[in-house]
Amino acid sequence: MTNSRDLFSKFDALIAEREALLATGVRDPFAIVMDEVKSPTLAVIKGKDTILLGTYNYMGMTFDPDVVAAGKKALDDFGAGTTGSRVLNGTYQGHREVEDALKEFYGTSSAMVFSTGYQANLGMISTLAGKGDYVVLDADSHASIYDGCFLGDAEIVRFRHNSVEDLNKRLGRLPADALKLVVLEGVYSMLGDVAPLPQMVAAVRSHENCMILVDEAHGMGFFGAHGRGVYEEQGVEKDVDFVVGTFSKSVGTVGGFCVSNHPKFEILRLVCRPYVFTASLPPSVVATAATSIRKLMHAGEKRAHLWKNSQRLHKGLTDLGFTLGTKEPQSAIIAVILTDQAQAVAMWQTLLELGLYVNMARPPATPAGTFLLRCSLCAEHSDEQVGQIIGIFEAAGRAVGVIA
Amino acid sequence: MTDRQPIFDTVAAQIAPFNKKGIELTDATSFATDLEWDSLTVMDFVAAIEDEFDIIITMNMQAEIETVGQLVDAVMKLQAA
Repeated sequence: MTNSRDLFSKFDALIAEREALLATGVRDPFAIVMDEVKSPTLAVIKGKDTILLGTYNYMGMTFDPDVVAAGKKALDDFGAGTTGSRVLNGTYQGHREVEDALKEFYGTSSAMVFSTGYQANLGMISTLAGKGDYVVLDADSHASIYDGCFLGDAEIVRFRHNSVEDLNKRLGRLPADALKLVVLEGVYSMLGDVAPLPQMVAAVRSHENCMILVDEAHGMGFFGAHGRGVYEEQGVEKDVDFVVGTFSKSVGTVGGFCVSNHPKFEILRLVCRPYVFTASLPPSVVATAATSIRKLMHAGEKRAHLWKNSQRLHKGLTDLGFTLGTKEPQSAIIAVILTDQAQAVAMWQTLLELGLYVNMARPPATPAGTFLLRCSLCAEHSDEQVGQIIGIFEAAGRAVGVIA
Repeated sequence: MTDRQPIFDTVAAQIAPFNKKGIELTDATSFATDLEWDSLTVMDFVAAIEDEFDIIITMNMQAEIETVGQLVDAVMKLQAA
């Protein structure tokens, strides 16, 4: 049975690789269970208090008392779920309210909420770019952007990661009269590097018939005067046609969205399949999201503390001799680059045993085939915790031989 | 031989830096099975070919190109367009 060829045979190499790795006695980095979650920065894993440094919970909103209270009230008032599509019975007062909160947060005329951030990219890209159109995307784009391309009928063109010259050249080779959607990300999630948006936007605007979509999944809450994202911080708001984001990072729950000032934007609600053909978010989720978004409008102090945490961890790890994804801290993500899978898993497990959880990432999710440990900081990490984190990295790095 | 050979030669020259095992190249050489390229190598190689010939090979087209010969034919077609 197991040896005969069937539809699972294509996974045999991966199954063998995992079995060989786990046979060495290491824990499975992709099968962690949080038995108890005490705060945005602390969980219990296998009976041990563990500092969370791999959650994307940048602003620590998951346990905000106002956010939790809003969710409980909506659960009582509107029930556990909507059991319906946004365009049929699945739009409640709360869905309207979270879209209003987004419009206010982003200063846009339209906002459309999807059930996940993944679906927001899937829906926007596949619906905007149709047959004969082009999607132009960064090679290091998130899987949801690639999958949005594959779901649609447009021609897909990649440019080298964050290369303005490469983007410009490729746009120049496309037919001038063809309609193009250029997809950029504010922060790239694997290395935590930021896009040079002003230069990229200028390059795009030198070509005809282009619209720009920026994914700010990892920029929302942290960058810009209003926390809108990297595109706000870098001053290119007027040139961006669509901003896609998620509720599952700084907002602290789940869901995705797109905001825009395009006058015809609302028609997307009827033609965007990942929006239409799925159930809407539960009332408790949209209530927590709306409350959280409104609080993020006034989160300047939290932003400052998060930035301080990121700078301190970056410097601490650099001083210890670790190789990081960026020379300078550019976002709330700090990636520690390791040599291979065995070293990455050993380091990951040692950190966990010492009470620190980070994400392990491997190809094909990572650029240039690297194995890395991805740390994402939270505004709720205390100064003391950041000190502990650096200490744990030092002990684990020495034990595994990553640093001298 | 028409003008196909020079294009084959240029493609071969672009393959060289990624041809770790020194596989001999023919029209039938497959990128995945013979050259054993992963998706990241393909990405770098396609970008190099695009810049060499000043063309765009969309990801949609890439899905149809499995061998060196198919790539040479695609480059000829794109250059003629």
